[in-house]
Amino acid sequence: MTDVPRRVAVTSPRTRAVRRPPGRQALTALDEQDVVGELLIRSLVRAQLVLGLRLAAVFGILLGGLPLLFAVAPQTRDAQVLGIALPWLVLGGAVYPALWAGGWLYVRLAERNERDFVDLVERS
Amino acid sequence: MSPDLAAIALVVLLTLGIGAYGLRLARTTSDFMVASRGVSPLWNASAIGGEYLSAASFLGIAGLVYAYGADMLWYPVGFVAGYLVLLLLVAAPLRRSGAYTVPDFAEARLGSTVVRRLASVLVVAIGWLYLVPQLQGAGLTLRATTGAPVWAGAVLVAVVVTVNVAGGGMRSATFVQAFQYWLKLTAISVPALFLVLAWQGDGAPDLAGPAGPVFRETTSVRLDAPVVVDVVERVVVQTSTGARVLTPGTTRLSGTVVFPAGSAVPHVDRIERSTGDTWARPLSGAGGLEHPLYATYALVLATFLGTMGLPHVLVRFYTNPDGAAARRTTLVVLGLLGTFYLLPAVYGALGRLYAPELLLTGRTDAVVLALPAAMVGGLLGDLLQALLVAGAFAAFLSTSSGLLVSTAGVLVQDVLRGTVRDFRRASVLAAVVPLLLALAATSLPIGQVVGLAFAMAASTFCPLLVLGIWWRGLTAPGAAAGLVVGGGLSAAAVLGTLGGVVDRGWPAALLAQPAAWSVPTAFAVMVGVSLATRHRIPVDVGRTMLLLHAPEALGLSRGR
Repeated sequence: MTDVPRRVAVTSPRTRAVRRPPGRQALTALDEQDVVGELLIRSLVRAQLVLGLRLAAVFGILLGGLPLLFAVAPQTRDAQVLGIALPWLVLGGAVYPALWAGGWLYVRLAERNERDFVDLVERS
Repeated sequence: MSPDLAAIALVVLLTLGIGAYGLRLARTTSDFMVASRGVSPLWNASAIGGEYLSAASFLGIAGLVYAYGADMLWYPVGFVAGYLVLLLLVAAPLRRSGAYTVPDFAEARLGSTVVRRLASVLVVAIGWLYLVPQLQGAGLTLRATTGAPVWAGAVLVAVVVTVNVAGGGMRSATFVQAFQYWLKLTAISVPALFLVLAWQGDGAPDLAGPAGPVFRETTSVRLDAPVVVDVVERVVVQTSTGARVLTPGTTRLSGTVVFPAGSAVPHVDRIERSTGDTWARPLSGAGGLEHPLYATYALVLATFLGTMGLPHVLVRFYTNPDGAAARRTTLVVLGLLGTFYLLPAVYGALGRLYAPELLLTGRTDAVVLALPAAMVGGLLGDLLQALLVAGAFAAFLSTSSGLLVSTAGVLVQDVLRGTVRDFRRASVLAAVVPLLLALAATSLPIGQVVGLAFAMAASTFCPLLVLGIWWRGLTAPGAAAGLVVGGGLSAAAVLGTLGGVVDRGWPAALLAQPAAWSVPTAFAVMVGVSLATRHRIPVDVGRTMLLLHAPEALGLSRGR
């Protein structure tokens, strides 16, 4: 076989490239408008942070509240639902679909935030 | 050749074989380090799942549930919820940062080589701490199923993984890991199905009744090393030197001991005997856990916040083509992991009835492997056990290679500096140290050691990533101070626990689960020092924020 891919000299990984975009390509409006651009990106960061923290708070209260519930209402430790002990039903099963649903909701909302942001930038 | 050895050989050969296939494709540094970023979400998610499901997941959780009951269900819940937190706060911006390790992120965000160095040291520390239980798990599995000495399994896994990683890097790792997720899911679910059927065929005896663990049949227990056990009722046992009467209290047992059917199982001294209903109840302190409410919250904090800081988890996000793909991949991961983690607790619960002798020997991490022989038996039992052994080895191999790639990558960049040849040398170095530690260290439960690695990641990289991504005010001195304090506190707790400095009361509980105090302290130090050094906020922070958060659809120049 003649067309074996040529061996390439391997160099140190791309740490330097990470540091700063070279900026040789045409920058968009966001890139140029210092003050407006800054405000724009701050609004996006805030929207995404609020979304992330809100969902984290929902799960923090639901899941993080469980040990407290077991502690202050001991009868919940032995409660039976569908013939299975409540703690086992929740921690051993129900929690997993709930976590996935939370992730699914987040992905939808976060992508919507980004679409709104792109629309906003492209209209202005 | 026994089915178990055949299963191990098959997994090892497949791992090396797929690795060699990947090696033919690996041509550049980028291939070696991050698989050229052209990996689809399902492949990537399978690979993340494959890499993440370690000895702790495959053996450790079942062992902890078996010994300590309902509170241990928080381990798998936390292992999955950690990915949700990662998705909510880190996934997309981290991918957009273009960094593929935490040290890269630190340098890109803060422009500080000091913070970079600190992060590198922590990556290596966490990587090694996480590797030790993987290798110990391998030793335990090989010993439990084939009788080989404990060092043999650890050495086998270390060698296979080093050869694979040094030879093929990440590209081969991606193929190997993705395959290993599906192998592990099969290996834990098929036997579980048969075991549950066997349990129902047995009349579905109560798993959480008022009785404590008893030997259902006449049971012969072989002890390689003497153990100190607590006897609760008088029983006449057969030993190699004849009949012996055990009276209530602490006794030393060794050799082969035969217990009569129906007798209560004496427990090894580190596990307290609990009745089934105590065991099934959360916060009951079953197994002798102290301060269960504190321990639960600290564990929740460690696992929820620690996942994002594990070295082998972060690297994977770089293999997504963009931020949106990073989110979608994480969502698939949540599904894959949630499916897997339904199963380990089944083994833990059935083990109370059918493999109670492990509470005597103290080898609770072997409960998964012991059940097929105890419940099914015959050829089918042998085959199911071989499948579990294959899954367990897949777990050791995949997690260890992920950790090795990350640890060696950091060693190359920040310690050895240079070429692929150095990457290979770094892989060897990165494997030898944890191997020596695994051979030297006393054996703690696998799940518990992994929990400490999570606590360490949560106390260091969680604040660095979360504050770095969302807060403009983070400064290099603040980050450095936070890493030193969080890393120092959690490392002290790890050493204290592994060294067995204290074994009772609040001090032991605080050291065994440090996250509840070390994580808030690390956050506070990072924020406080950053506020005090405001003049050191990087001048290009606005630019970095744009890079981290702007959607790719805008077409901003990213330079990568």
